[in-house]
Amino acid sequence: MIHSIFTQLLQTLLIVGLAPLLVGWVNQCRAWLQNKSGAGVLQPYRVLHKLFNKDAVLADGASPLFRLAPYVQFGCMALVGTIVPVLATDLPFAAAADVIALVGLFALARLFAALAAMDVGTAFGSMGARREMLVACLAEPALLMVFFTPSLIAQSTSLPTIVETLAHREFVLYPSLAFAAIAFYMVSLAENARIPVDNPTTHLELTMIHEAMILEYSARHLALIEWASAIKLMNYSVIGISLFLPWGIVEAEGWLLIPVALAALFAKLLAGGAALALLETLSAKMRIFRAPEFLGTAFLLAVLGMLIRLALEK
Amino acid sequence: MDSLSAIAANVQPLHFVLGVMVAWLILGGLGLVAQHSLDFVGHGLFPASAVASLVLAGAGLAALGAPSQAMILALGLPDLPFHVRLDALSAFFLVLLGGASAGISIYSAGYFRQGEGTPPGVHCVLYQVFLAAMAAVIIADDAYMFMVAWETMALSSYFLVTSNHKIPAIRSAGFLYLLLAHIGAIGILLCFGIMQGGHGDYTFATMRAAPLTEFWASAAFLLALFGFGAKAGVLPMHAWLPEAHPAAPTPVSALMSGVMLKTAIYGLLRVTFDLLQIQLPWWGVLALVLGLMTALFGVMFAAVQTDMKRLLAYSSIENIGIILAGFGLTLIFHTYNAGPLAALALAATLYHCINHAFFKSLLFLVTGTVLHSTNTRSLGKLGGLIRHMPWVAWLGLIGTIAIAGLPPLNGFVSEWLLLQAFLATPGLPSSYLSMLVPVGAAAFVLAAALAGYVMVKFYGVIFLGQPREEKLARAHDATWLERIGLVWLAAGCVVLGVVPVFVLGQLDHVNAMLTGHLLGQQVGGAGWLFVSAMAPERASYSPLLFLLGVLAALGATFALVRKLYHGRMRRGPAWDCGFPLQTARMQDTAEGFGQPIKQIFEPVFRIDRHMPSPFDELPRYEGKAEDKLWYALYLPVARAVEWISASISILQSGRIHIYLLYSFVTLLVLLIFVR
Repeated sequence: MIHSIFTQLLQTLLIVGLAPLLVGWVNQCRAWLQNKSGAGVLQPYRVLHKLFNKDAVLADGASPLFRLAPYVQFGCMALVGTIVPVLATDLPFAAAADVIALVGLFALARLFAALAAMDVGTAFGSMGARREMLVACLAEPALLMVFFTPSLIAQSTSLPTIVETLAHREFVLYPSLAFAAIAFYMVSLAENARIPVDNPTTHLELTMIHEAMILEYSARHLALIEWASAIKLMNYSVIGISLFLPWGIVEAEGWLLIPVALAALFAKLLAGGAALALLETLSAKMRIFRAPEFLGTAFLLAVLGMLIRLALEK
Repeated sequence: MDSLSAIAANVQPLHFVLGVMVAWLILGGLGLVAQHSLDFVGHGLFPASAVASLVLAGAGLAALGAPSQAMILALGLPDLPFHVRLDALSAFFLVLLGGASAGISIYSAGYFRQGEGTPPGVHCVLYQVFLAAMAAVIIADDAYMFMVAWETMALSSYFLVTSNHKIPAIRSAGFLYLLLAHIGAIGILLCFGIMQGGHGDYTFATMRAAPLTEFWASAAFLLALFGFGAKAGVLPMHAWLPEAHPAAPTPVSALMSGVMLKTAIYGLLRVTFDLLQIQLPWWGVLALVLGLMTALFGVMFAAVQTDMKRLLAYSSIENIGIILAGFGLTLIFHTYNAGPLAALALAATLYHCINHAFFKSLLFLVTGTVLHSTNTRSLGKLGGLIRHMPWVAWLGLIGTIAIAGLPPLNGFVSEWLLLQAFLATPGLPSSYLSMLVPVGAAAFVLAAALAGYVMVKFYGVIFLGQPREEKLARAHDATWLERIGLVWLAAGCVVLGVVPVFVLGQLDHVNAMLTGHLLGQQVGGAGWLFVSAMAPERASYSPLLFLLGVLAALGATFALVRKLYHGRMRRGPAWDCGFPLQTARMQDTAEGFGQPIKQIFEPVFRIDRHMPSPFDELPRYEGKAEDKLWYALYLPVARAVEWISASISILQSGRIHIYLLYSFVTLLVLLIFVR
């Protein structure tokens, strides 16, 4: 009991606390790849600290919903961090939500983000909300389909069960999982507003998706949103790790295994972050109306993965 | 005293149900006494009707666990009395009717205004008759009473839809509704005709016993699917729904969308699982495919609507599609003897029925208040109402989250259960089905995700942003009676979402009756807090913990930010990237918000575009997305009917000797036969 509560707390703190570090690492890698020196991996923390200290400026027409939304986004993302088994599968809170509810949590945060973006009533805000919902309504089904392939393998939608099943299988390559993994990677790029769907560092309003939604935010609200999107990236990374690279996750009660699991997690995150930076350096952003094709491909790949699972891997 | 208590002990839920129906009819009759007294009708009759609804819901709840009861009423024709029966299936739909109509009636008490269409008293009669007819449909135990109630329901709702009959568009919407309702009713009538098996006895008890061959059972099922589908708005019989819902006064839209569509689902369940002895797998596949197509069709059209009530009407088509898909899944599992899975799918279907009754009624009532205080249904003329109508806006947010299928509210629970049922199909013995049905899940999740898009558009354009018209600044919030109705329905959404294990426990009585299997431990195996599918380690979800988790995370974040940093804040003009000339017209309109969907799913729509040329003095852009089926199916059929009638009219020359000739020829022909 103590073990599971400890791992639960440790994992949540780790995901929430280290999320900006992951963003910093990705940015640093990208700077290195582009022959720049970079701002250092701790830069996101400095930005957050600066933003939290500032006085918030709220647009005149903003309703309470606008102020509530950053907290909802942050809370939802932190909650996702308590559900995904990435250090250990024995998480007390994980029974409260399975993968479908997990997708629901992402959707809840997104709903509030989009509504808040429309709240002030600027042209860019509603444009951002529309684009975000467009990307989401194609990415969300793809994400669910991605989750269904391992769910069918494990006969369960509960994440700890999936991870235990996948970690214990003999080392055979499931073609279905390969399809799901590619689809998942594409969806996570879209959902985290990364290149090629969106560009997190863009300064050109007309090409923005996620950034256009948060133009009216400042100070602590902006800090919470930025932090929440960092946690979102972290969450997607750990979901990918626990579904497709589940080795090293603690499954039984064992204090000594936790450092091993931690080391494995760090290694995977470092490699994954570097890979993301490489991909972002090598590719360019697509036009917004190419995004549906990109996500449609992801959706079809995920469905194909499930079909392969159902038809061939019996 | 003893006899009194003996009578009291003998009072059964069915008596309460009949009593409520009588009470509704009396309340309706009272409406005629003082037709124009808004005070009497609004503050007297409608609240009383709401109380009657609550009694009905209570009686339904009590009857859910009880053995079924039947009665023969001293009504009807000689030798053809009305049979009524209250079993678990009826009881569930009575709870739905009572629960949703309680909120709608109390809202109606504050809704009707002087000088709008029909006098309030007449409205009250039709409204109460409509309620009583729906209850009668649900408890009817013979085809005769069923059809009488069904037609009463259709007619009373027709008159309610056309209560503003001076507007031609409303008259034609009403006509379309009446037409499709009757075409559907013919299907139902023929279905009963087949099921009575040639005995000439139209009680449901006979139909249950009548053995039918596979062919005739399939014919009966197809007729039922057609007839009830026309009432529910299943593709391709949906055309009346987006016309009639916006035309009707708002409480009536809520009642039609929230409750009346479910009576069609009730009829379908009753015929398929109760009256027919055999079921075939391909029925389920047909219903599943039709349901998924309806769901996708509904949600895509909802995304491009610019009228808020039309948008909700299309969203009702989507939800009916989801319910029909769940029904199809239940049939598939049931016919393959996968009992526990059939129970799971049926529970999801019923759960979605009651969820839809609550959140759709809530949202319709929200649009009603908006309509009253702004006099417009067009999304392009609304905006920013959260500042002037906080009650409506925040309660509407609950409905929005619920209908978008997001945790921890009720819409998510039924979609979660349905997805679990989809995921369980690989266990089926038919390899084609076990492979292809999970792909149906892909269509289902696409529809569910698009519903999120639609609801952001709906809520964002009405309540958020800058007001698009000057007069919106004078919009007033709901009256207190309206608020009670809205709060009741919103509370229903929350309660149904947060304690699913209790709800599923009640639904189990219906499962036991229709599929012969219980969910029982399957959903409640991990305690009352967790709802699970099949087994707790297979899938579990705890809405209450989920809600507490979100609230705790929210509160902790808020407290920590305040404690570690500060809460200083000031107001300023919106930044908008430094652009100073921002106006309310620069926000996305409803058309703008729906444009990406129109572009991506272009083949689905029939788009009528008017592009300005470069030399236009007053450039105008117009893009109308219309229903292809209207042009491909309805208009050709209408033209064919017109052509046939025109051809027949050749017979009508208006000259008397020609008619005499007809009589003479007829006589001759008859004589040949009689010879």
